[in-house]
Amino acid sequence: MNHSISLTVNGARRDFVLDDPRVTLLDLLRERLHLTGTKKGCDRGQCGACTILVDGKRINSCLALAISHDGADILTIEGVARGDQLHPVQAAFIAHDGFQCGFCTPGQIMSAIGMMQEAQAGNDPERVRECMSGNLCRCGAYAGIVDAVLEAQAGMDESNQRRSA
Amino acid sequence: MPELNLSSAPAHLRHGSNIGQPLTRRDGVLKVKGQATYAADNHPPGMLFAVMAVSTIARGRVTSLDVAAAKRHPGVVDVMTPDHKPELAIDPEIKTNPFVFRMEVLQSNEVRYANQPIAVVIAETLEAATEGAALLAPRYETLPPLVGLDAGESFVPPVVGVGNPTENHRGDVEAALASAEKQIDATYETPPQYHNAMEPHAIVAAWEGDRLQVDMPTQGLMLSLARIAELFGIAHDKIHIRSPFLGGGFGSKGLMSGPPTLGIMAAKLVGKPVKLVLRREQMYGPVGHRAPTRQRLRIGTDGEGRLAALDHHARTVSSTFDDFYEPAADASHTLYAAPAIRTSHDAVRVNTGTPLFMRAPGEATGSIALESAIDEMAWACGIDPLAFRLKNYAEVEPITGKPFSSKALRACYEQGAARFGWAKRPLQPRQMRDDSGLLVGWGMGTATFPALMFQAEARAVLRRDGTGAMEIGAHDMGQGAWTALAQIAADELGLDIDNVEFKAGTSDLPDAGIAGGSAHTATAGAAIHSAGAAVIAKLADLATGDERSPLFGAGNAGVIARDGRLIRRDDESRSESYAEILARAGVAEVEARGTGAPNPAAMEEYAMHAHGAVFAEVKVDPELGQVRVTRMVGAFAAGRIVNPRMVQSQLFGGMIWGMSFALHEEAITDRRSGRIMNANLGEYHIPVNADVPPLDVITVEEHDPHVNALGIKGVGEIGITGSAGAVANAVWHATGVRVRRFPIRIEELLTQR
Repeated sequence: MNHSISLTVNGARRDFVLDDPRVTLLDLLRERLHLTGTKKGCDRGQCGACTILVDGKRINSCLALAISHDGADILTIEGVARGDQLHPVQAAFIAHDGFQCGFCTPGQIMSAIGMMQEAQAGNDPERVRECMSGNLCRCGAYAGIVDAVLEAQAGMDESNQRRSA
Repeated sequence: MPELNLSSAPAHLRHGSNIGQPLTRRDGVLKVKGQATYAADNHPPGMLFAVMAVSTIARGRVTSLDVAAAKRHPGVVDVMTPDHKPELAIDPEIKTNPFVFRMEVLQSNEVRYANQPIAVVIAETLEAATEGAALLAPRYETLPPLVGLDAGESFVPPVVGVGNPTENHRGDVEAALASAEKQIDATYETPPQYHNAMEPHAIVAAWEGDRLQVDMPTQGLMLSLARIAELFGIAHDKIHIRSPFLGGGFGSKGLMSGPPTLGIMAAKLVGKPVKLVLRREQMYGPVGHRAPTRQRLRIGTDGEGRLAALDHHARTVSSTFDDFYEPAADASHTLYAAPAIRTSHDAVRVNTGTPLFMRAPGEATGSIALESAIDEMAWACGIDPLAFRLKNYAEVEPITGKPFSSKALRACYEQGAARFGWAKRPLQPRQMRDDSGLLVGWGMGTATFPALMFQAEARAVLRRDGTGAMEIGAHDMGQGAWTALAQIAADELGLDIDNVEFKAGTSDLPDAGIAGGSAHTATAGAAIHSAGAAVIAKLADLATGDERSPLFGAGNAGVIARDGRLIRRDDESRSESYAEILARAGVAEVEARGTGAPNPAAMEEYAMHAHGAVFAEVKVDPELGQVRVTRMVGAFAAGRIVNPRMVQSQLFGGMIWGMSFALHEEAITDRRSGRIMNANLGEYHIPVNADVPPLDVITVEEHDPHVNALGIKGVGEIGITGSAGAVANAVWHATGVRVRRFPIRIEELLTQR
């Protein structure tokens, strides 16, 4: 049975017919829309490599069925930068060497952006470590990840202050 | 292009400012934008999806598969089984060289371990292939599995690791132990561990007639290519492998294994490109792991705490059908100056996938046992663990008596201890508490890893437009080859790094050797070094032999290559740009090849190792036994540091693996079924961000003129060694409980008290 669904992916509306209700958001993005920046590390919500934002919230896209997200607004790693201009979190990951192999990186960055929007860690490194613990990194780039998130957070706080001043 | 003649004794230098700089990763933008292409990100037109069905028993035989049910499922195209598959050109059980391992590619119905591939379903969608694999509903004839370190009669394997002797000795260990003033005799156990790179093993295979295009993460492009050629009976030049990025390897992607071979077979069977990606749980079987060990250490000292004897025996396991033996006891060869040393190994066979190299194979397992035992011996002598290690500092390699090519371990001890504040450590355990009443402990360990070299070749090009290229089939699994090797290339070519086209990661480039043994930067770097020297020499010949060049006649004096110019060595006012030289000579480019290889004469004369010292603090809840590492300091001396930013990241990663070894990682095998019960990332624990405390790395300056032309020792694996023992020793110092089975469990801290 076919199901028509529409999603907004990285700002663009995508309408399509889903021929299979078992398709996860992750497999839809990777295998059907060919947005392969989002990674599959475990396919059961344990590693965080597939983290994307759905309606502004970070989720494990491997645990989400596409069919149950009709109408959702999805942001993936491909939609984070503006052309050549990197998102502050992306730039900070490079500056602080917040990755080695890079496979968990799209998930880490999406998780960091989601966490900053949740405003639950602020500039507390302990909270950042805790709130980023759903994203595994086997290379062990955690120190750089925390430093990158804190720097991006500081930059965001500064620009918010400027805006409100 | 005119014929170029090389002068007989070029004495040309290349100068650069790239090596030693903390450049950010050159592949960083691709990685943070999700644009770095890993194997499973490829999707050639017409591609189908393959999913493996794997055995749920560990020993026996598949008696039936419901192929019809799988085929009836919409979208399923074909089911590959032992009865229905393309024939291979060679029996996959034949070992044609020591780097060939036996693999399961549906050659029979026999099951040798759990999670062994038993069929492959190929379908139009991933969902259909996954469902099809589930519908196969295999039935088995099951035999009792062999499980654990006491599974059967033990035997002494012919070699351990890659060709290491099973036994080594120097002096009379038994006599020295018998007459020692103080002795310890302790047995440690380490569990099976799985590499668990974040990227599951994957392949996209596409046949075009008799040509084969492969996207696959590999740490050994040419080894993989040769194995594919052998298995499928095709010439090397018909195969092209792309592996620009690996999502981690840690040894598990070094050699061709069964699953990617099945992907190539599936593509051949259906005549279309096929993608096969392992599910996480399928990585606990056919793609290698670190074998468990049981290690007995007997150490004796004289009355002053000087080592008299060190006896290290390791029991390990291999599979029932192939041989890889974790060389754990070899860790005792290099660190401590005992006049009598013996190391030995034995093994049993169990129903497991064949063990393999996993980040610091032998060194990691051996190190945690040795460093724990040295700590126990120091305590028995009533001596501070650092003072004990300094008292027994090896001025020459203990097992061979050879001098070290370089060894800045004393400086590592001093700088690490000073940064950590080790001097304030109480000798007795269970003496320190923090403000909230948690027990605090400080422990240390010595790190060491051999400085190895393999074989590699590189091709260098200088072009008339002032740019250059360096080509080498190197592998970046996260260590930073795209950046560090490009830095070396830029300096060797005397060019700005932005003017160097650095090509790596595909099998049509010169062989870079395997990315393993912490030797890739040294090996590939040495090849780049010599290719750079050769191409500069060719360019210099064009200039110094041409009377129109300001460098005419400088052949004997030599030139310096710097910033895209050749400069007369004895008169820096005379120089000429590469572009000018090539333009006048009427050639578009000059090219040359160079090789990197170990120096047998230097290896004969010197023992070559990197060293380090790791200090760890843990806090332990006295009621609950919960252990948290709260800080770690590692000081490492590993020869020349090409990129300090990436070296720090590598060492951090290694230290986290060490901490994980001591406290987290373990694959648990069910004794009745032989299945791994925690084959997933939720229950096989690796450290998450919140587990990892602030880490501090010091790189101690070390100049080594013997290891290779660039003086590089490698940093990929040494961080694990020393770190695991440091954490374990800190747990003892916090609690007074010596746990000898790793990872250290809460229940042992609570029940041993």
